[in-house]
Amino acid sequence: MRANCWFGKHDVRLCEVPEPQLLSPRDAIVRVTLTAICGSDLHLYDGHVPGMQEGDILGHEFMGEVVSVGSGVENLRLGDRVVVPFPISCGRCFYCRREQWSLCDNSNPNAGLAAAVYGFSCAGLFGYSHMMGGYAGGQAEMVRVPFADVGPLKIPAGLRDEQVLFLSDILPTGYMAAENCQIQHGDVVAVWGCGPVGQFAVRSARLLGAEQVIAIDREPARLSMAAAAGADVIDFSAEHVTERLTEMTGGRGPDACIDCVGLEAYGRSPEDLYDRARTTLMLATDRSTALRQAVKACRKGGVVSIAGVYGGVVDRLPLGAAFAKGLTLKMGQTHVQRYLRPLLKRIEDGTIDPTFVITHRVPLEFAPEAFDMFKHKRDGCVKIVLTP
Amino acid sequence: MTPIEDASDAEDVGAGETFHAGPEVNVGGFERGASLTMGVALLALVLSRRRVRGAFTLSLLGAYLSWRGATGHCALYEALDTGSAGDEEEGRLAAGAHDDVSIEAAATIAQPPDQVYAFFRRLENAPRFMALIEAVQVIDATRSRWVARTPTGQILDWKAEIIEDRPGELIAWRSDPGALVHHAGAVRFRPAPGGRGTEVRLDVEYDPPASALGRTLARLLGSATEHRVEEDLRRLKQLLEAGETATTRGQPRCSPPSLPPA
Repeated sequence: MRANCWFGKHDVRLCEVPEPQLLSPRDAIVRVTLTAICGSDLHLYDGHVPGMQEGDILGHEFMGEVVSVGSGVENLRLGDRVVVPFPISCGRCFYCRREQWSLCDNSNPNAGLAAAVYGFSCAGLFGYSHMMGGYAGGQAEMVRVPFADVGPLKIPAGLRDEQVLFLSDILPTGYMAAENCQIQHGDVVAVWGCGPVGQFAVRSARLLGAEQVIAIDREPARLSMAAAAGADVIDFSAEHVTERLTEMTGGRGPDACIDCVGLEAYGRSPEDLYDRARTTLMLATDRSTALRQAVKACRKGGVVSIAGVYGGVVDRLPLGAAFAKGLTLKMGQTHVQRYLRPLLKRIEDGTIDPTFVITHRVPLEFAPEAFDMFKHKRDGCVKIVLTP
Repeated sequence: MTPIEDASDAEDVGAGETFHAGPEVNVGGFERGASLTMGVALLALVLSRRRVRGAFTLSLLGAYLSWRGATGHCALYEALDTGSAGDEEEGRLAAGAHDDVSIEAAATIAQPPDQVYAFFRRLENAPRFMALIEAVQVIDATRSRWVARTPTGQILDWKAEIIEDRPGELIAWRSDPGALVHHAGAVRFRPAPGGRGTEVRLDVEYDPPASALGRTLARLLGSATEHRVEEDLRRLKQLLEAGETATTRGQPRCSPPSLPPA
């Protein structure tokens, strides 16, 4: 089969590789019908993530048709159409039982590596370095899905692939970022970064009852995309973000601040924004700028919710400000499985249509060109979906 | 801990040499430090990466350099009748270094102690979660035969005896005196707080061959072994909680690249 494989910095190639086999009883094999490139894939593409090996198959946003199931998978049948969450979760450990799926104890075969760096290992991820398990990803014609009795969500007929694909990552990621804000009636929520995750965070904050959402970016197209969802916008290239936020909130500061930018490495930050951030002086000199602004801008007693991913050590985080103001910091990889059904329902009843972020539809064969286009944001690229 | 303390049977399991305080120090202080650092770094490299070319050679080199640094003795210098140590180094001969290597590891498994105990007590299960164990053959109620394959491919086998067995609480064992690396261990099971299952705690002590090299190697490899024991416990947890161990072995990858860049 064909698969998009990592070979090094700015070097991904379409390869002919063997088809995946069932390796464990709880595995399934899915024939991929639609997949996507995530902004966090650019971290791999730019060589920021350690633990990648030449020939690794990329991709953690994918869906498709079940073509084979192991003896331990009783809830899936051949032919089922499923969306697969990016964290691989056993469903039975302490964390999975508490619906903290991305903290699964049992799904990372290289848990020792992750534990050496983070103290403990979290869930294995598809196509995201050997520290995160080294699982082959979904930018391929077929993919092996471990613990397939837990993760995959069956999709009812009548919904198109494009409507549900983003349940695999970016839609729940934006939603969880907003949910973590514990939004109360009348709240004002500020969102840093208007890539796809930021867009979903803006819309989720509205859904969850925010009275005002303020979106921060500098790309006119993305700011308009956020404005279309009812957000007020700040162009950080033209305005002073924290001053403007204080003004816009009557001197109080936002009740909650969402960082959809992230820092480096193991990221799930908004696709485009990460790339853009690298090219701006603001973030190239210190990549925790968005987080620092969020901590500073947030009102006393407010919440800072981090959806953009931090991989290592953050320098000059104003912890004193966070402490003095009694802020709550919420963060973490998305517990995708927790949001699948509620968000599918929102898609079915028409409350959410995630397709608006898609700017490019490309055959899998052109994945290497698509990475290059995505990285350089050519042709107004926001979100690319790939068809095997 | 009585079982473990009992383990140091006086059988001669090492070379027949008479052990004295240690080999002659012929490496100078700075060089010893550098040697030790490099050796440990090499070992760490080999242990931290799954695929390092020449891992065996590197680990041997790492072990030798570490030993050389730790003991201050260089066989090469000795052969050449030279050295970098001053006479004052003589006074620093480490006498009575620790003989035993002890390893501890713990994991919490979301199953009741009785079940975790029962799985562990069925010794034939060991190869399912102990990476180096190839097979276990139960001889009688307390004795069993173990076959292991070392990372370098060497086959080791030994007999072990369960010396204490408290269902749901503890299993303690020791190897027969004839084992190449004499060892003893105990695994304890106790209920975890908040209904989280069982805290499994494993203690193993090795009595390395009675030579300075054997001792140093065993000490150095102790950390490697600790790492392995932790991995073994992880797999035990995976088996008992998820019903299978997480793996990617056999999954597709592009190697070597069969197509040029598209």
